[in-house]
Amino acid sequence: MNLDDYNPGDFYDELFIEQGTPRSDAVLLVDRINSLSMEELQRRQQSAQIALFKMGVTFNVYGDTEGTERIFPFDIIPRIVSAAEWAKLEKGLKQRIYALNQFLADIYGEQKIIRDGVIPAELIYSATGFLKQCVGVKPPEGIWCHITGTDLVRDRAGEWYVLEDNLRCPSGVSYVLESRRVMKSTLPLVFERMKIQPVEEYPSHLLETLLNLAPDHLPDPTVVLLTPGIYNSAYFEQSFLAQQMGVELVEGRDLVVSDGYLQMRTTKGLKRVDVVYRRIDDEFIDPLAFRPDSLLGIPGLMEVYRAGRVGLANALGTGVADDKVIYAFVPAMIRYYLDEEPILANVPTYLCWEPQQQSHVLANLDQLVVKCANESGGYGMLIGPHSTQAQRDEFAEKIKAQPRNYIAQPTLSLSRVPSLIGDRFEGCHVDLRPYVLYGKEIYVNPGGLTRVALKKGSLVVNSSQGGGSKDTWVVSK
Amino acid sequence: MLSRVADSIYWLNRYIERAENIARFIDVNLNLLLDSPIGVTQQWEPLVLTTGDLPLFKERYGEATAENVIRFLTFDRNYSNSILSCLNSARENARSVREIISSEMWQQVNAFYFMVKEAAQSTAPSQLPEFFSEVKLASHLFAGITNATMTHNEGWHFGQIGRLLERADKTTRILDVKYFILLPSVKDVGTMLDDLQWMALLRSASAYEMYRKQGLHRITPMSVAKFLVLERDFPRSIRFCIQQGERSLHEITGTPIGTWCNPAERTLGRLRSDLDYLTIDEIVQVGLHEFLDSLQRRMNEVGKNVFETFFASQPVH
Repeated sequence: MNLDDYNPGDFYDELFIEQGTPRSDAVLLVDRINSLSMEELQRRQQSAQIALFKMGVTFNVYGDTEGTERIFPFDIIPRIVSAAEWAKLEKGLKQRIYALNQFLADIYGEQKIIRDGVIPAELIYSATGFLKQCVGVKPPEGIWCHITGTDLVRDRAGEWYVLEDNLRCPSGVSYVLESRRVMKSTLPLVFERMKIQPVEEYPSHLLETLLNLAPDHLPDPTVVLLTPGIYNSAYFEQSFLAQQMGVELVEGRDLVVSDGYLQMRTTKGLKRVDVVYRRIDDEFIDPLAFRPDSLLGIPGLMEVYRAGRVGLANALGTGVADDKVIYAFVPAMIRYYLDEEPILANVPTYLCWEPQQQSHVLANLDQLVVKCANESGGYGMLIGPHSTQAQRDEFAEKIKAQPRNYIAQPTLSLSRVPSLIGDRFEGCHVDLRPYVLYGKEIYVNPGGLTRVALKKGSLVVNSSQGGGSKDTWVVSK
Repeated sequence: MLSRVADSIYWLNRYIERAENIARFIDVNLNLLLDSPIGVTQQWEPLVLTTGDLPLFKERYGEATAENVIRFLTFDRNYSNSILSCLNSARENARSVREIISSEMWQQVNAFYFMVKEAAQSTAPSQLPEFFSEVKLASHLFAGITNATMTHNEGWHFGQIGRLLERADKTTRILDVKYFILLPSVKDVGTMLDDLQWMALLRSASAYEMYRKQGLHRITPMSVAKFLVLERDFPRSIRFCIQQGERSLHEITGTPIGTWCNPAERTLGRLRSDLDYLTIDEIVQVGLHEFLDSLQRRMNEVGKNVFETFFASQPVH
């Protein structure tokens, strides 16, 4: 079988316009793949997987006593994004992050957006990510969301939509960097001949973004990466990024608040810490300010933070914008703060909190995807077209009991990319998570993590459910 | 350097060295078994006795048969000092400092762990000698990789201290195994069997050939003990380990050797200087077992002082 026999089907295919006709940016790639035998492709696929395992690009599986690490399945056929498409995405992401940052600064500050009636106060205060402890906090340079991993999807028509903003602790960027390294040796000839934007600058940009949080007068600020520890599913990534940036990887127990500053315990005594890239959720970060049962956090950190004596990335409280009800207002935020039309659309979202929209949702449960407003990672969902009457009844009850907690969206038919499954090419659904850094300016790493549902017909791209990844090639202008 | 990181590198090296030494002292006993004349019963209990965990063993296994003792010390996941548990702990420590150590070191710890884990499921008694030499080799490989791929910085020196303290401690225990085995049969002293036992003991510390090379023709208990305790240049002798450990400690602090600025330096320096000026006759006078016992206590104190000085820094309130 070669790619000429591959049938894109009734979906938007990222590499093909129709069977036998690759998109212009994919011609070189398709020709090269067709010039290799299936055995050779399989061999390259296998050695790419082995290389990733050897580099230690793994995630931990929860509930396994032996601490088994698994590799994120990797497919060697890349996803290609054209220069024009990328230009639009980049512009759209910058616009969106800029507006979201303004929103965060506003609701923890003057709350103009509430006073002007754009978003009802009760929706903000009832979002689980909203932290009243952060009201009045002024993070350095007014930046709240330093690191974002926005989830984008494309529908059947090829339109891009923002699915989630992920303003808390998005992970996955290490896969982007390591898969690129592997792809360069997997398909070197195509890679050399196509002009593909490099992703390797990410760690330097990340370090700059973090240094931007340190007070200007410090000649040599101390930056650390705070990890929940070796059992966290993203531990590999945390350790990898610390290593790439040359900063200390610390755990909560390495840090202590002393003399009004955050300090780390070293073999030569305590040393002051100026900036923390924290991969611990808000509510675990300081047992005195938030969850008292947290063993991961640092007692007293919140006070040091409030006093402006330590920079945190991301700022505390950014989770409010990850609430799916608040998400629905992002286009309104863009218009309100920037006086611009959104470049990237939201997935149309019905708020069950609003009576009219609720009746629409209840009448169309079999066609919609219902999501819990505060959950992420595919939990607490009803996928209408695949649901039973009993499941729909259960969700109808839940929606009526707690309308604030539910939203609904149309079922999207995600775009596909041919993938090597066994000895065949199958069209597999993908999403895209580009990584955005907000430092002195906003930087979007060209490409991002393309997650792919490697089970036939599956729409779920999460790693815990059989999802894998692909390299994302953004073509230079 | 972060205290936790220093602590992890220290324990990473200690655990690897511990696994190697457990392999060594089970190996002594297996060797002795082969050399024993028919009719002499093999002692396995002393092996557990020297670990200090005899009560735990009795409770879990009862009788000290060869099979039970080997299982306990080698593959028992629930005994924290078994070879398998040591590797597991070494690997967890390595994982938490993966961005500090070289990736080659991490790969070797990982490969070592999987080798032992697989062996735990499939090793037949006849394959044990081969397994133990693989363990020794894997530990040497780790030490070699560490020396050749990691900057000899503060972290590396903490690793050295961990490895050397562990090795010195285990050398005392290897000597002690012989002491206990000797006990029930004082009449055998100086016999052929006794000679064989001392040779086996030297071999288990990879010391037989080096011992011979000193120009001593005869193997006497006193000179073997002298070699393993006081030899200045043999890398498994207690004195050597203590000396090198002291060097690393002073590399970390910058204090000149011969002076001290914390309890770790003071206790280690004192121990080193004792060993420098001690004679084997003095040791025999105290009794070898009693002497080894006090060495173990003093080394534990050094370990405790290293912990308190470097790994447990507390904020000032």
